[in-house]
Amino acid sequence: MSGPKTLYDKIWDAHVVHEDADGTCLLYIDRHLVHEVTSPQAFEGLRMTGRNVRAPEKTIAVPDHNVPTTLDREKGIENEESRIQVEALDKNARDFGINYYPVNDVRQGIVHIVGPEQGWTLPGMTVVCGDSHTATHGAFGALAHGIGTSEVEHVLATQTLIQKKSKNMKVEITGKLRPGVTAKDITLSVIGATGTAGGTGYVIEYCGEAIRDLSMEGRMTVCNMAIEGGARAGLIAPDEKTFEYVMGRPHAPKGAQWEAALAWWKTLFTDEGAHFDKVVTIRGEDIAPVVTWGTSPEDVLPITGTVPAAESFTGGKVGAAQRSLDYMGLTPGMKLTDIKIDTVFIGSCTNGRIEDLRAAAAILKGKKVKDGMRAMVVPGSGLVRAQAEEEGLAQIFIDAGFEWRLAGCSMCLAMNPDQLSPGERCAATSNRNFEGRQGRGGRTHLMSPAMAAAAAVTGHLTDVREMM
Amino acid sequence: MDKFTTLTGIAAPMPLVNIDTDMIIPKQFLKTIKRSGLGKNLFDEMRYNSDGSEIADFILNQPAYRDAEILVAGDNFGCGSSREHAPWALLDFGIRCVVSTSFADIFYNNCFKNGILPVVLPQEAVDALMEDARKGANARMTVDLESQTVTTSDGQAFGFDIDPFKKHCLLNGLDDIGLTLEKSASIDAYEKTAAQSRPWV
Repeated sequence: MSGPKTLYDKIWDAHVVHEDADGTCLLYIDRHLVHEVTSPQAFEGLRMTGRNVRAPEKTIAVPDHNVPTTLDREKGIENEESRIQVEALDKNARDFGINYYPVNDVRQGIVHIVGPEQGWTLPGMTVVCGDSHTATHGAFGALAHGIGTSEVEHVLATQTLIQKKSKNMKVEITGKLRPGVTAKDITLSVIGATGTAGGTGYVIEYCGEAIRDLSMEGRMTVCNMAIEGGARAGLIAPDEKTFEYVMGRPHAPKGAQWEAALAWWKTLFTDEGAHFDKVVTIRGEDIAPVVTWGTSPEDVLPITGTVPAAESFTGGKVGAAQRSLDYMGLTPGMKLTDIKIDTVFIGSCTNGRIEDLRAAAAILKGKKVKDGMRAMVVPGSGLVRAQAEEEGLAQIFIDAGFEWRLAGCSMCLAMNPDQLSPGERCAATSNRNFEGRQGRGGRTHLMSPAMAAAAAVTGHLTDVREMM
Repeated sequence: MDKFTTLTGIAAPMPLVNIDTDMIIPKQFLKTIKRSGLGKNLFDEMRYNSDGSEIADFILNQPAYRDAEILVAGDNFGCGSSREHAPWALLDFGIRCVVSTSFADIFYNNCFKNGILPVVLPQEAVDALMEDARKGANARMTVDLESQTVTTSDGQAFGFDIDPFKKHCLLNGLDDIGLTLEKSASIDAYEKTAAQSRPWV
């Protein structure tokens, strides 16, 4: 392909192993991240066919979905099935000689936080994992997406994937964000504008001043939810912030290799005049702190809004909206800030990084969680937890009445004991508000860490700008 | 993987949009280390009360649809988590084909690895098929992959598009990994070149 290229085009072209006449490509995979839930059947498949892991040095495993986050974790996992899954990962990592961070390693955490933290994720790479939130790694200008278990087995065996190229989509966030508005508000607002199928068939490149201004942590939050917008992946072109974040990490290149890598990474941007099949532009100053009211991540409204009526939608969404309202126990017309909550969950691969904990702690400092509420902070990795303790953030959370947990996916998907009860309403910094996601009958409102912290103090959904 | 050629069977209407993979198979069933046995928990929280009894009006609990082999569903079916447990659960229940106006990307790909055909059709066609599915067990729909058509019980046929490679694999029940391993020499060559051009990887 000649002529101007998008960032996606450049990374794609650099990884094509073989192209068939119909455009079906064999794409090389630079990093394969593995966790305990979507991999056991893939390793079993290898054993049954006598195949091996082709590139164990490019394969990284960490248990995260099932692990307890309570401080007595060393007692082991009580639920038998969860324990078997984690033990299976232990065994598979050992048997096949892949990189591994076991539960008791301080570097253990959510796979999408550990990858970047350890320098496994680098600009221009292809990164896959049997987990839809692999999109997170796109923040580094890496082509990163989730795959199913059959494809996990395919990558283990061949270090490639059979792929057809997606279309290019540009999401530009112009100008500056207003105070109290964060990366989470950007990514939710984009999904609110485009819908959960708006990105289907595309790889999104996020760009514009508001994106450039974000830290690496913020960029990871934006790309993390590209999947909720239906896109295969989200990308942000690497820049000085990216290089600074990567430099010196355990698995980042060093010396002459660093210089060589840097020279290539600096070519990873969309050329002037490159073609995008779809363009969405949002003004940064138009984005407000937002929350979700329903059971789809596209059910996004500014916190100053009111609960919508099902009839205000069209087509199949009318029925879905009514179902959401019933499930969420909400009445059209009520102010979002009048919605009382029972629980606050701060964590997940969307918002479990150090900057997220800083933002929440800044709101909570010197304040208390409202009486009768349950509130927990689950750092995204053991190293995030350690850093938060060193910075004094942990003490702020504890003094406010939050539980200070060990790292894992926790209540984002509630595979471990951290779950909502039926009807329990949660202000969550995670990524999905689906029915039953955080526990059967549980009601989830998605928002930024600062907004979740504000809700913890007042006991209802709250405009964080009133507490700043 | 089983081949998919043609299928004539009962189609269940599920007009709800954005049916996500958490609905298809909730997370408590992802703790298995096997692929089989998930059919009884397909749509678990929509299908059963918390005491385990069936919710009578859920579509797959209705007598006419208990043996459904096709789903006609609302837009953006299979969104959310990458869990392949979703197609595993559908397959284990007996669903071999899902028709919708669009599918989430990862779910769509996962179907092809498991002998399930996801059919994308325009809204008008899905509306017509939804109506046909509402007729119940006596109205059998036919899906023909070779001719790329879905035909209603009264003979109205709709043609659909499908990637030729995916079609070929599904018609023949081919194992992707086996096909890729035939290209091992290309992978070796790529790795050799990349070791020079991107040695830090």
